[in-house]
Amino acid sequence: MMPLLTTKGLSRHFGGLRAVDGVDFTLMPGEIRAVIGPNGAGKTTFVSLVSGRIQPSSGMIVFDGADITNLPAYARVRLGVAYTFQITSVFANLTAYDNVALPVQRTLTDGRSKGAVHAGVMAALERTGLADRAHMPAGQLSYGHQRLLEVAMGLALKPRLLILDEPTQGLADSEIDNFIGLVREIAKSATVLLIEHNMPVVMHLADRITVFNVGKILAEGTPEQVRANAEVQEAYLGATPP
Amino acid sequence: MKEASPAKAYALHLGVIALLFALSFVLPEYHHGLLARIMVLAVFAMGYNMLFGYVGLLSLGHAMFFSAGLYGAGLAVIHLGWSVPAAFTAGLACGALLALVIGLLALRTTGVAFMIVTMMFAQVFYLIILYFASWTGGDQGLVVPQSARVLVVGSTSLGLTEPTVRYMSALALFSIVLLVTLVIVRSRYGRVLVAIRENEERTKMLGYDTLSNKLVAVVVSGTICAASGAAYALLFGYVGSTFASVQYSILPLLWVLLGGAATTLGPLIGTLFMYYVVDITSGYTSAYLLIVGIALILLVLFFPKGILGTIRQRWLGWLP
Repeated sequence: MMPLLTTKGLSRHFGGLRAVDGVDFTLMPGEIRAVIGPNGAGKTTFVSLVSGRIQPSSGMIVFDGADITNLPAYARVRLGVAYTFQITSVFANLTAYDNVALPVQRTLTDGRSKGAVHAGVMAALERTGLADRAHMPAGQLSYGHQRLLEVAMGLALKPRLLILDEPTQGLADSEIDNFIGLVREIAKSATVLLIEHNMPVVMHLADRITVFNVGKILAEGTPEQVRANAEVQEAYLGATPP
Repeated sequence: MKEASPAKAYALHLGVIALLFALSFVLPEYHHGLLARIMVLAVFAMGYNMLFGYVGLLSLGHAMFFSAGLYGAGLAVIHLGWSVPAAFTAGLACGALLALVIGLLALRTTGVAFMIVTMMFAQVFYLIILYFASWTGGDQGLVVPQSARVLVVGSTSLGLTEPTVRYMSALALFSIVLLVTLVIVRSRYGRVLVAIRENEERTKMLGYDTLSNKLVAVVVSGTICAASGAAYALLFGYVGSTFASVQYSILPLLWVLLGGAATTLGPLIGTLFMYYVVDITSGYTSAYLLIVGIALILLVLFFPKGILGTIRQRWLGWLP
């Protein structure tokens, strides 16, 4: 099977800091992959390179067999790479409906499909449980609902690869359970790349885990393999247990 | 942008147009002429509002788009002897072309730099007009001869200097631009423009090429302003470099802020308000600018979002 996403020697330097340093990464279609690592390991920089928000210093990114290294971010979104922001970045002054209408209308090519926008918007809002709040300004939603709206916007793009950057940050435990169900549901139709600090969420969801440390991939494998890996423990805890 | 009540919004706008139409028959001569001028300049403000209100791009150079239309139409009549429709089209074309070029260059910048770059281009445009004084009349300007300001429709010819024809021509242009603006801001494209204003980075990450969306907005805005300029030249018969000066870049900003940025009717309200405050106060005192200034300060204090913007925020959320 052809990988959905491959990076070869992907690097991004900020002055002397090698935020991402020669990363070779492969993601198969249909996977839920978690990316973990200590703060400053380069996780967010890595997914920003993949989504096109920042340009790499060197290396190459291949999505579905095509080299996308030099494509601008919006063109990558059109190929099916969707990114949901770590810091909630919904359009606060627009209604939840309009927030989701933006990605929905972009994926529709038929210019007269007025009904299709409405149907698409309501479908995405219903999947995330926000349908009854469609006409509230996004900025007045609770924080947890804003995170869900962010996911609804990602979903509405009908992505092939959905990148979720710390989606459960700031969510209550009850909301996290719903969220895990939602990601499983999304994974039926899209490949999911998930940056996450919450270990129970990672262990529940991920098929495979990639561990970043100081800009490089430290380890990769199933949740059990990663949990047992001594180097990973050292990176997180600063010392190898005796 | 709201889903609700498209019928209400259209009814309101058609009502405003009907009211302006009716006013033509009841207004005394002086106010009749003033209102015709206000409607033409409100078109200028609507063009400015398209970019400033909806896309959030603050330009300080829109005088150049207005005067591209003004000179494009005026010079075509004076030097080339073109008919009124041809000259109006020439004005539109000049504005659209200029907006395309300026947009391509200026959109490489954002924020304060965009303000400065557009202002500098407008200054260049102003100085070019002064430099080619033998064609443009320099700082004296040119008068479009009354004999050329005749609109021939079939076998009848309408003199644009005749008050009713002038008023109705201004109203026709105003109505078309108002309805076009309403359709644009309620469309999907309008939703994208507002998204760019609210958060451009996020809009890109939803798959939108924000640069080309902004470029289209600059061209639409520039063309509307040029339509206003071309109409001004043809209806009021004067083409002058004052209209290219920085003052005429700031005026539409002021009108839009007064009326309410990102409201479709705000530009009309703002232009109307400014004109009448100046008109009324200058009748009592030569220090009328002082009163205008106080009125502006009070407005900013109590109506920070402009007259219509505040009304929308407090009472009528459905206003487009």
